[in-house]
Amino acid sequence: MMSRFFQSDGVYYFLRTPSAIVAAIIVVIIVGGAIFAPWIAQSNPYDLASFSLMDGLLPPVWQGGDPRFLLGTDNQGRDMVSSILYGARLSLFIGFMSMAIATVLGVGLGLAAGYYGGRFDAIVMRIADVQLALPAILTALLIDGISRGLLPPSVQQDLRVVVLIIAIALSLWVNFARTARASVFVERNKDYVQAAMIMGQRPSRVMLRHILPNIMGPLLVIMTVDLASAILLEATLSFLGIGLPADSPSLGTLIRIGMQFQLSGEWWILWVPTIVLAALVVSINILGDFLRDIFNPRLR
Amino acid sequence: MAYFILKRLFQSIFVMLAVAFLAFSLFRFVGDPVSQMTGVETSVQDQEQLREELGLNDPFVVQFYRFTTDILKGDFGYSYRTRQPVNEMIASRIPATIELGITALMISLIVGIPAGVYTALRTRGFATQTILLTTLVGVSIPTFVIGIVLIFLFGVTLGWMPTFGRGGTVDLGGWTTSFLTLEGWSYLILPAITLGVYQLTLTMRLVRAEMMEVMRSDYIRFATARGIPQRKLHYRHALGNTMIPVITIIGLQFGGVIAFSIVTESVFQWPGMGLLFLESVRFVDIPVMGVYLVVIAFFFVLVNLVVDILYLMIDPRLRVKEAI
Repeated sequence: MMSRFFQSDGVYYFLRTPSAIVAAIIVVIIVGGAIFAPWIAQSNPYDLASFSLMDGLLPPVWQGGDPRFLLGTDNQGRDMVSSILYGARLSLFIGFMSMAIATVLGVGLGLAAGYYGGRFDAIVMRIADVQLALPAILTALLIDGISRGLLPPSVQQDLRVVVLIIAIALSLWVNFARTARASVFVERNKDYVQAAMIMGQRPSRVMLRHILPNIMGPLLVIMTVDLASAILLEATLSFLGIGLPADSPSLGTLIRIGMQFQLSGEWWILWVPTIVLAALVVSINILGDFLRDIFNPRLR
Repeated sequence: MAYFILKRLFQSIFVMLAVAFLAFSLFRFVGDPVSQMTGVETSVQDQEQLREELGLNDPFVVQFYRFTTDILKGDFGYSYRTRQPVNEMIASRIPATIELGITALMISLIVGIPAGVYTALRTRGFATQTILLTTLVGVSIPTFVIGIVLIFLFGVTLGWMPTFGRGGTVDLGGWTTSFLTLEGWSYLILPAITLGVYQLTLTMRLVRAEMMEVMRSDYIRFATARGIPQRKLHYRHALGNTMIPVITIIGLQFGGVIAFSIVTESVFQWPGMGLLFLESVRFVDIPVMGVYLVVIAFFFVLVNLVVDILYLMIDPRLRVKEAI
């Protein structure tokens, strides 16, 4: 099994694409750091007892800072490394969750629309049209605004992350739905699908067990690219100050906080999270490009 | 062809109605309009009277009909936050956003098209590889980060450009413009670059892909054989044929530019529609949110429609396909 994996085309081309290797390493480091943040980070930015105001605004080590804080501290005395690990954890969690929800929703609707056609297809595609008339960032902002109006203030703070995930997921599902639908139109008339249908298998089984595995390639590419979009969208919303509150900082919130220190010389508070966010998204996009080339043999 | 245009027109009207319905539902169901418009000391009777006067007790369909006709007449109601008419608020902000969007689009075309042609013609050069890598970074870096970098470089470190607001504008009968003064341009250029970078990378990648496709075609090979000079070959024969898909996508992107200006306007405190929308989301100012939604969607749908019809006029092949 393992040897088959190492002999596959994907691995072959991966090992010959230096940019993909570098990107994969960066993604693994950041995702690994995010997952293991509670064990790696020396202090917890959510826990007021774990940092002290006395350590505030220390520069990074190479600029004469305290050796305890490799990348310096912010104005509250929080260790930048710890903040970033926890920030990336939150950003990636929101990114993955919204991407997953968008995938399930979009692929489900797209498969069904392509399979059944007719009126159901028309309804789904008209909803997609309306969704496309509203750019992703606008949809997310709107859902955020609606939730502020509908939810009582007492639960708003607790539900911020959930609202954010739903807002981002709802602004990304159309891509999946359109791709899935277009692929189903192609696959539906192929012999293997016809055979499965003639054998009397249930539509859900034909869609999920027969068609879905055969359209995984393009979907995987969209999933990668949309994960990057979701992370960007979360960062943008948090940066605009309508995403997460300042006490649960994601990478976007950290950048927003850092903006206040842009003019006063504490560059690391702004630039460290900015560079991590950019590196993460660039790397994910490079991997997405790589996957696209793999699944599109004409471009090789 | 008339059938196709009619079909697209109906589709557009449907989308607009759906968006209007969305905006209307916002008004109606998110928060109570009456309690938003009255103070704490207003009596229950007065509130009920206001409710009746506003027609909020009428059947849902009647209310939606009234809402739609009011919008068509240009009557957008009043803001909860500032108590001003929403159409005045939006109208005073439109020039700033449109000028920012157009400048951003121009930057993306002026830089994007030549860069796309260059990278398509020299596929393996060092400059090409560098440009391609830069565009990938350009797509991946959030707009607000680009804005921060520009502010830091040109505003803070070098001190060449102002980084805040719109500066002095010239009033042309209600339309305030930054285009006529040097000062206006100095305020405009950083936000426009920030907004244009994403479009630029998109334009460049598109021109490159189309150009590479065209360069492989038979008529280019034949034109080469006829001894047509390289420059003319590339810019007249090849580039001309890539323009249709490029124009389409750019047209469609303009709606996105206007929407994405929300972020740029926030970074540079540019007083456009996006900043207004952001403020209204923060204060749950539903009327402004609803109207912004309708205006953006209208813009988007209109551009889509015009592009589709233009496409049909430019490319004779599509007309034939429709006829069959």
